Amino acid sequence: MRLDEIPDDLMTKCDGCGALLVTKSWLRDFKVCSRCGHHTRLPAHERIELLCDDGSFEEWEAHLAPRDPLGFPGYEGKRTAAQLKTHLKDSCVVGRARIEGRPVALGASDFAFMGGSMGSVFGEKITRLLERALHERIPAITVTSTGGARMQEGLMSLMQMAKTSAAVARLQAARVPFISVLSDPSTAGVQASFASLGDLIIAEPGALIGFTGARVIEQTMKIKLPKDFQSAEFQMAHGQLDMIVPRAKLRETLAQTLGLLLD
Amino acid sequence: MLSRWLPLEKPLVEIEEQIEELKRLAVRENMDLSDKIARLEDRKRAAMQDIFQDLTPWEKVQMARHPKRPYALDYIGALCSEWVELRGDRAYGDDRAIVAGLGRFNGRAVAIIGNQKGRDTKERQERNFGQASPEGLRKAQRVMELAARYKRPVISFVDTPGAACTPEAEERGISEAIARNQLVMSQLPVPIVIVITGEGCSGGAIALAVGDRVMMLEHSYYSVIAPEACASILYRDPTKAEDSAEALKITAQDALRMNVIEEIVPEPLGGAHRNLGRMCLTLGEALDRALSELSALPPHELVERRYRRFRCLGAIEDYPPDVAAPQDTPGE
Ligand SMILES: [Zn+2]
Repeated sequence: MRLDEIPDDLMTKCDGCGALLVTKSWLRDFKVCSRCGHHTRLPAHERIELLCDDGSFEEWEAHLAPRDPLGFPGYEGKRTAAQLKTHLKDSCVVGRARIEGRPVALGASDFAFMGGSMGSVFGEKITRLLERALHERIPAITVTSTGGARMQEGLMSLMQMAKTSAAVARLQAARVPFISVLSDPSTAGVQASFASLGDLIIAEPGALIGFTGARVIEQTMKIKLPKDFQSAEFQMAHGQLDMIVPRAKLRETLAQTLGLLLD
Repeated sequence: MLSRWLPLEKPLVEIEEQIEELKRLAVRENMDLSDKIARLEDRKRAAMQDIFQDLTPWEKVQMARHPKRPYALDYIGALCSEWVELRGDRAYGDDRAIVAGLGRFNGRAVAIIGNQKGRDTKERQERNFGQASPEGLRKAQRVMELAARYKRPVISFVDTPGAACTPEAEERGISEAIARNQLVMSQLPVPIVIVITGEGCSGGAIALAVGDRVMMLEHSYYSVIAPEACASILYRDPTKAEDSAEALKITAQDALRMNVIEEIVPEPLGGAHRNLGRMCLTLGEALDRALSELSALPPHELVERRYRRFRCLGAIEDYPPDVAAPQDTPGE
């Protein structure tokens, strides 16, 4: 069979190295390239499925939908397009799940929905997740994939940074664990709030993690930054992470560390 | 000298120059020009009313960035009878973009933190245009924790175009520093009063703006993103900042409507920089009132109220799970 005769869904091209991978094994590897280790971004529901025990996820707050507090140009259309594309009401999914039998409060953002940006619904869902974790005294885990605060909701988005950070403070005071998992990308307003406040911070290999975008720094400072700037490995070297864990090992790592904190 | 003034102030500055000229002439020629001067003063007042009554959002941004705008140390100098600046984060360095210290305001011992911009080119660079590095935020955090131990209320003066935009800030954890400050401020068992005096922009601003009472000066702005950056994304053209300033709803009046702040502190006609004394009188009264009210609350109630203050902010449709939302979500 010639390469161009292979049906589209049989092979998947790696975004990292360009290698053609057998889709079936790529999916079995959790969308991680077997050649170069590139971790493809996961939609929120796939991420949750990957981490929790089969069928254990019970979604919370799925009814929360965004509004347009500023009447911001183009927001309505962008949001509707994102809703159609992702079948989500907004960029964040939260709920109760079990990881190797242990109940947890688990949240994940979806980059396909407006860059996984944090507006009011995202902030409210994370806050409710953390508050329920506190109330039920079960560990909270968030997995972020986001470009930061949602510009289109203006100050309402900025306020979500304070709101979610305050909710983490309460968990800490009550000694309920919170683990922040950073997947590609985890930047700006989300990285500068709850996502940087985990008792443990775990990143996926190669994830982009930072506050200000590299291009903005390059333009402002008129400098050239190294290619690995703000990679998970760069952040690890600068003391900003506890560990870098490949996707296949993520679930057992979460189970193990929670066990060491709680059992 | 005109470059130190904004284009919108130009008519005003021209009248002022004429007045100065007449005064000089009156002295030199020993003439009585008081009538003429009085007429010009009237024209100046009318022009001021005209210009400052109804500034557009973009003009507010210009006012907030005015090169003559008073900065944290100007307010501290005018409001405090005593002031001791504290330096360093005890880990890496001292960030001059942030000032922190202990002061005495209306007889009350307080801790003060704030952004500090520079006046001339050299000082501006030294203070990195008021853009905090992780060291600065950690210094502020240290001083706030000190204040909590000695039961001193905290006043925070916010005036920043954003957090430091440097590779070093990233290397030393600017995200974590911004996040940690918000966490610490949310739990601090003493009153915290925030004053946004100029620019309250993005993560660099919220890192110093979690408090019990948030007030904005009349011509300051508060935004999730700089209008120029927003225009680059929205219109792919940073020169359309005027439009994005409008779209982002960043004025004190907008923030009050959205319950993001409790109070707008009026500025003297023409802006804070035209009469620092008058500005500080008004601001001092507002601060004193806020501190007196908040000091009456027990610490646990203060912290609880502060949590609820931010907890309720957001714009969401929240229907009970079993009731369908009016507009059906696509894909379901
Ligand atoms: Zn690859």
